Amino acid sequence: MINPFEIIETINMIDNENLDIRTITMGISLKSCAGPDIDKVCENVYNKITSYAKDLVKTGEDIERQFGIPIINKRISVTPIATLVDALDNPDIDKCVRLAKTLDRAGKAVGVNFIGGFTALVHKGFTKGEKILIESIPSALAQTDIVCSSVNVGSTRAGINMDAVARMGEIVKESAELTKEQHGFACAKLVVFCNAVEDNPFMAGAFLGEGEGECVINVGVSGPGVVKCALEKVKGADFGIVAETVKKTAFKITRMGQLVAQEASKRLGVPFGIVDLSLAPTPAVGDSVAYILEEMGLEKCGTHGTTAALALLNDAVKKGGVMASGYVGGLSGAFIPVSEDAGMIKAAECGALSLEKLEAMTCVCSVGLDMIAVPGDTTASTISAIIADEAAIGMINQKTTAVRIIPAPGLKEGDSVEFGGLLGTGPVMKVSPYSSEEFISRGGRIPAPINSLKN
Amino acid sequence: MKAIVTVVGKDQKGIIAKVSNILFESSVNIVDISQTIMQDMFTMIMMVEFDNNEVSVADIDDRLSDAGKEMGLSIHVQRQEIFESMHRI
Repeated sequence: MINPFEIIETINMIDNENLDIRTITMGISLKSCAGPDIDKVCENVYNKITSYAKDLVKTGEDIERQFGIPIINKRISVTPIATLVDALDNPDIDKCVRLAKTLDRAGKAVGVNFIGGFTALVHKGFTKGEKILIESIPSALAQTDIVCSSVNVGSTRAGINMDAVARMGEIVKESAELTKEQHGFACAKLVVFCNAVEDNPFMAGAFLGEGEGECVINVGVSGPGVVKCALEKVKGADFGIVAETVKKTAFKITRMGQLVAQEASKRLGVPFGIVDLSLAPTPAVGDSVAYILEEMGLEKCGTHGTTAALALLNDAVKKGGVMASGYVGGLSGAFIPVSEDAGMIKAAECGALSLEKLEAMTCVCSVGLDMIAVPGDTTASTISAIIADEAAIGMINQKTTAVRIIPAPGLKEGDSVEFGGLLGTGPVMKVSPYSSEEFISRGGRIPAPINSLKN
Repeated sequence: MKAIVTVVGKDQKGIIAKVSNILFESSVNIVDISQTIMQDMFTMIMMVEFDNNEVSVADIDDRLSDAGKEMGLSIHVQRQEIFESMHRI
């Protein structure tokens, strides 16, 4: 029989330390739905999603009951919708919005809480369809509830498409304006990527990439609270022990993900893709990445030493997790979404955590600037410049970076935006008052970086 | 199917009687049982076996959870694979 202490440890992690499976995400290819007629395409999309994912939520709930492990979200990711837009006869913004509404309806019909893939990959250039899809993002997000959108504007191989960066700053602003009653909520469903990954199960950036199959199950684990509690037991120990403790904990967390992924894949008759080893915080106290960093000995997340602490954490999570799962992928690492993390919210409110420090942290965390509220009067070019900085970090360091930023209409530095649920509360953070307008208006592409002579 | 029943809470009279009675009424066989005091809490772990066609983990969990609430105990029923996968390579 299994050791009683191990059994109690597992139960304690679930009951008291917020261990959960953050998401089971079904990736569905919509390539077969393409065609010239928008009515027919919408019908195909709706039928395919509702038939492939009809048992997704129930299967997730059954697994949850049988294993006693909470599975917080069931989600869908689809082929970048720009692919479908390109195949349409006379594509326009209205047709894109209709596609977004179809995704929204299909997602709601099968009971998932988000559906991602209203996406365009434009890191080197735009097709006509991609250009139109990007133009439609503000209306599409404002007129839907659960559709998530992402745009890839750069990659290590291709460089950065600065025309796309410039336009995305404006798109973010327009999205905020169209949902100003909800403090710019549409922006919480919009991510701008560099080096976007094709098998990410986490929102808002999930889509089913070009190299993926017909249908796939990807699972995202979580568990910042478990790591924090494990570190409490090694107070004062050196970094070797800290790293080892994180690795062991990440291993255990990931094993849960692997079990759930395999079980879901078997029951749904859909191939298992990857487990994403991310430490994804929630606004609940005890489920925070910032508190892990503080547990390592920092008075407040954001002070000097935070980047080093995060680097150790991010690396140890991967090292522990890869051993625990056959296929690891997605974004795997530690997320640092400000409004979704109780410790980050506190650190930003007291001034310990600034946008500049967050940018440094994104060099070593799993993604990028995530769920950051900035003043409503922040200009589009400043947002574009923030996106460009982040994309540059990703491009040069060969990692995924992203920007999910909310210029909260009518709010100023020091105010607070309430998004509710998992999206939390965002303190409005300071941005530089100096202009980047001329820089952004240049347009063109930043060339791909050299990958040798690394000194 | 095999599952693990865990009961954690303040020690009191009749815990084993109550839990094993519910398991008996649900046609569940107790394969192994261990009981200890861990961090001042009564902790009982049972391995149980049952026919998946007659009763489900969720049914047993519901019945035991209700009894657990009455007695102020935390009772879980989970398939044993979760523990094996977490703690065994």
